[in-house]
Amino acid sequence: MSEHSTYQPGTGVEKWLDERLPVVRFAKEHLMDFPTPKNLNYFWTFGAILAIMLVVQIVTGIILAMHYTPNIAMAFNSVEHIRRDVNGGRIIQATHAVGASMFFAALYIHMGRNLYFGSYKAPREILYIIGVLIFILVMATAFMGYVLPWGQMSFWAATVITNIFAAIPVVGNPILELLRGGFAVDNPTLNRFFSLHYLLPFVVAALVALHIWALHVPGNNNPTGVDVKSSRDTVPFHPYYTMKDLFAIVVFAIPFAWFVFFIPDILGHPDNYVMANSQVTPAHIVPEWYFLPFYAILRAIDFNILFIDSRLGGVIFFAGSIVILLFVPWLDRSPVRSGTFRPLFKWFYWLFIINFLALAYLGAAPAEGIYVVLAKITTFYYFFYFLVVLPFLPMFEKPRPLPTSISESVLGKALP
Amino acid sequence: MATGAVGAVGAAAVAWPLINQLNPDASTLALASIEFNLTGIEEGQAVTIMWRGLPVFVRHRTPAEIEEARAVPLADLKDPETDEQRTQEGHEQWLIMIANCTHLGCVPVGQSGDFDGWFCPCHGSHYDTAGRIRKGPAPKNLVLPPYNFVSDTLVQIG
Ligand code: HEM
Ligand code: FES
Repeated sequence: MSEHSTYQPGTGVEKWLDERLPVVRFAKEHLMDFPTPKNLNYFWTFGAILAIMLVVQIVTGIILAMHYTPNIAMAFNSVEHIRRDVNGGRIIQATHAVGASMFFAALYIHMGRNLYFGSYKAPREILYIIGVLIFILVMATAFMGYVLPWGQMSFWAATVITNIFAAIPVVGNPILELLRGGFAVDNPTLNRFFSLHYLLPFVVAALVALHIWALHVPGNNNPTGVDVKSSRDTVPFHPYYTMKDLFAIVVFAIPFAWFVFFIPDILGHPDNYVMANSQVTPAHIVPEWYFLPFYAILRAIDFNILFIDSRLGGVIFFAGSIVILLFVPWLDRSPVRSGTFRPLFKWFYWLFIINFLALAYLGAAPAEGIYVVLAKITTFYYFFYFLVVLPFLPMFEKPRPLPTSISESVLGKALP
Repeated sequence: MATGAVGAVGAAAVAWPLINQLNPDASTLALASIEFNLTGIEEGQAVTIMWRGLPVFVRHRTPAEIEEARAVPLADLKDPETDEQRTQEGHEQWLIMIANCTHLGCVPVGQSGDFDGWFCPCHGSHYDTAGRIRKGPAPKNLVLPPYNFVSDTLVQIG
């Protein structure tokens, strides 16, 4: 989008550089002059928040790796050593652990924004799909990171999650042994998880670069979902959105810091301060909060479906609940992007959000009594939203009239 | 075409060792067989021992528990197996099973659950006194490792 650039190399050095490697021009075009809709709300700051969070995780993670020992005899103690002995280790370790939760909080808000404002619709399908791939990789990274302290929850999370693969017919067990490097989760498992936990964030970083590239081809969506029509609809990214994003990052940092400084362990489980014991499973094993909705779906299928046994069924629904996100751009048949102009969609959308929170609640509840029934109902609605509401609602819904341009919607009247 | 095919075979030949290194290594495989002495385990008692990195239950069943397992009609079972198929003749009091729930691998809690066998706290699977799945998401009975009795008090697993 070089046509937006106003870059004029000033000095001789800049000109010399510009003819060889135009990094300054690139930064000016994409980080400063980039035309951005002028009506973006605070939901649009979460992309920047996520980018910062990725940096926070990478920086704290590299520091932790300098003091951590990936061996089943020493891993647990080495994390305690970081928390007690390493200078500032208490804060750095807490930042990394709480940071993972904050990362997911931002991811879910970012993704909820896309579902409401139809940001996944043409021409942003690839952008959205890269986002889902990032989400999957971040989940894998968080899971493997959680195993590293080698507490009871680490060990049993690793056991239960790797066992999911054993449900695959025929090749399940060989895959399981291949993943674990043994017949049970053990030292080889810990070692490879450490290796991959270190690697994946950099793969994520590369995907984020593609994500932003794909964003800068069509440009941002906006709360009205109406395309940018003229330069009157946009403002340059800098200083308007650099400042707004910065402000949002600071606000986001407040609860983050509060958790880190005052209640770093509240999001974790006491059982994870007991070293892994392969002979005893804790009475209540619950995944980290950010996996709960998907965990509830995994557990909800406790009955056989035709020839598919309950375990495989759970795994199919669990995988399906994530894979289905990749198809959302084609499942949603409505030509109107923003939910603001879709009177019926709104209801189904907010029900989806409530339903998702309910799934999270149920994922932590014991699998008995009324919870089992509710888990089935909420799992049903999760899929109903994607497979029925998105494709078929547009047939019955009459969207409200769209503003002719972003400027008109901002000013509340047509332009003179 | 031919170049491509040779290239693909070559790539696969290089990729395989890179993947195969993930498989259980020689030292893990070397633990494949153990011997365990059963004297010490009283009737009604159960212990958990390790074999190939996996926990294994060894339960010394009471006559009442054996009776309870035998009284169950096969039609009531999700994964039908008789008590005789799950123990060895002449050693029916010994139930030896891999201790990982066949659902997702947690270690169930012994002497509990609706069927006096085991209860898996992870997602609520109940096993009976023969380690058979009776209720909950687990699809199969607790797995029996290969084992044989060297003598009445010594068992070889693996
Ligand atoms: C590490 C994770 C991620 C980072 C760092 C990131 C970063 C960003 C940034 C900087 C933007 C532009 C600003 C904004 O619109 O908020 C953006 C936009 C977008 N992201 Fe992400 N993202 C991440 C994950 C995801 C995920 C998981 C999804 C979808 C499932 C996703 C989907 C989108 C879409 C559709 C847009 C365009 C939205 C628009 O401009 O309206 N992103 N992302
Ligand atoms: S692991 Fe035992 S019920 Fe799920």
